[in-house]
Amino acid sequence: MAKYLLKRLVYIIVSLFFIITITFFLMQAAPGSPFASERALTPALEAQMNEAYGLNEPIHVQYFNYLFSAFQFDFGPSIKYVGQDVTEIIARSFPYSLILGVEAILIALSIGVLLGVIAAVKHNKFGDYTAMVIAVLGISVPSFIMATILQYIFAIKLQALPIARFESFAHTILPAVALATTPLAFIARLMRSSMLDVLHSDYIKTAKSKGLSERVVTYKHALRNAILPVVSYLGPLVVSILTGSFIIEKIFGIPGLGNEFVVSVTNRDYTVIMGTTVFFSVLLLVSILLVDLLYGLVDPRIKVTDKGASK
Amino acid sequence: MSKLLEVKDLAIYFDTYQAEVQAVRGVSFELDEKETLAIVGESGSGKSVTAQSLMRLTPMPPGKFAGGSILFNGEDLTKKSESQMESIRGKDISMIFQDPMTSLNPTMTIGKQIAEGLIKHQNMSKKEAHNRGVELLKLVGIPNPEKRINQYPHEYSGGMRQRAMIAIALACNPKVLIADEPTTALDVTIQAQILDLMRDLQQKTGTAIILITHDLGVVANAASRVAVMYGGKIVETGNVDEIFYNPKHPYTWGLLSSMPKINNGEEELQAIPGSPPDLADPPKGCPFVARCPYAMKLCENHMPEYTNLSDTQKTACWLLDERAPEVEPPESAIVGGAKVHG
Repeated sequence: MAKYLLKRLVYIIVSLFFIITITFFLMQAAPGSPFASERALTPALEAQMNEAYGLNEPIHVQYFNYLFSAFQFDFGPSIKYVGQDVTEIIARSFPYSLILGVEAILIALSIGVLLGVIAAVKHNKFGDYTAMVIAVLGISVPSFIMATILQYIFAIKLQALPIARFESFAHTILPAVALATTPLAFIARLMRSSMLDVLHSDYIKTAKSKGLSERVVTYKHALRNAILPVVSYLGPLVVSILTGSFIIEKIFGIPGLGNEFVVSVTNRDYTVIMGTTVFFSVLLLVSILLVDLLYGLVDPRIKVTDKGASK
Repeated sequence: MSKLLEVKDLAIYFDTYQAEVQAVRGVSFELDEKETLAIVGESGSGKSVTAQSLMRLTPMPPGKFAGGSILFNGEDLTKKSESQMESIRGKDISMIFQDPMTSLNPTMTIGKQIAEGLIKHQNMSKKEAHNRGVELLKLVGIPNPEKRINQYPHEYSGGMRQRAMIAIALACNPKVLIADEPTTALDVTIQAQILDLMRDLQQKTGTAIILITHDLGVVANAASRVAVMYGGKIVETGNVDEIFYNPKHPYTWGLLSSMPKINNGEEELQAIPGSPPDLADPPKGCPFVARCPYAMKLCENHMPEYTNLSDTQKTACWLLDERAPEVEPPESAIVGGAKVHG
């Protein structure tokens, strides 16, 4: 197990190295610079700025400098926001995205799995159709439309929840629901089809032949097997929710990391682009690792050990 | 000997998008205590549906009882509520399935899968059920049961999984064990072991067995009586010796002919030409008419009644009518060699 974790850690570092390299050169290849704006700087000033941020050096030197400092967890200062470090920006904005993301994932998982199970158990009946109509709506309505509809209904018409900003738990409900809609619908469909598969499998017949009730068969035998595809979807889901929150953050006026990420790209704020990319990548790689470990817990056929060293 | 199970005129239909499929069309048979009845027939003859409906495991809908009754200890199972059935399943009647690779829950230990029935039907505590599980695994011949009981199905071989299935099925000492092609998915040496095991356990526990199979070799090995099914009907029934040495139905002849024989290895394997009838539009007369080499005009429109050939043997064929021409079974259908032990 320890050996396996170590191996995965090495993979993560290698992946990170490639991500940093590719992002760095792609970013440099994009036209524009942090100092390009409507009001052009005087050449002398621009040269001075470039020097201050080390942008006048040859590109490979910049690359190695960055690599060197990145592995010391030093992501440098923001070029656009004077006096702010990239780590500060991430530390300030990430908690918002994290809270929002965790809430959205919990909503998507719990309601998505529930809808899927209901749909499968009530296959081709009213419950199934209702759940699948919700799922189709959830997949086809984009999150930004969902967000404005939610704002219109719950904030403007019903005055039940705050329309924007991020100050209390009540503020998080609408954006979290809007963020959860698409993955929720996806999970519901995934869960329905895998549950249907499982309910028609032989071992469910065996369980029934033991005299177990419908309920025990569904929850004790079918659910754990049917949830496996959902578990493997969790990794990409975590990332898409954390990064995809940009639009939602914008609509609800939440100063989250997704927002910072997109702004940094339009600003060509090189250090922030790199910093957030690396941060999101680490998040992705770690969540994939966690999902793999979780998978081993749910499905005993998958042993988290090294090849040949098992049993 | 008293009748444990009496199936009378059982009919099971399935509603599908295209048509109503009449999978079982008036099947009657009986099962005595402690005996083994084999139901044989090719795929699509309705034998598995019959077997699963005895435990009401056929999904309904789309399936439905279209008539007849299943009397178990004199009580009609087709009239029981779902919760009444739950207390019969696994306790009085239990079942083992064709494919041991898929019939066990992959995410649950063997021990837990055995214990479930015991906890439900015999009010055992988890610990008692675990201990009984170890005994059962020992009984079905799984080595090192104390360790094996905590393993998952993927850690068992195919033969061992079928043994575990048998342990699950026999956990509560059922009166009837339905074995739906229990050896089909296993290789030949394991097949023999599983059949031996079932016979041993039957002698120890006195369970009556209904053995569903398409393999006449299995029948000869394990059963005392045989019912031959075709097109949703039982076309011939009798004890093993009668079916093997004095078969009267052309379909039984066909089945016997298509069994590979050891003494005439030069010969090509005989098959019955054609395919079974479409049960969405079942034939009016004898279901075998389209493939029967002896078919007469009469057969097309009239289902023959059963002719009692002995106390045990009944055959539904017009050839047995006194007005029909004399027909001898084909040579390939004559079972040679040593007498089959019943």
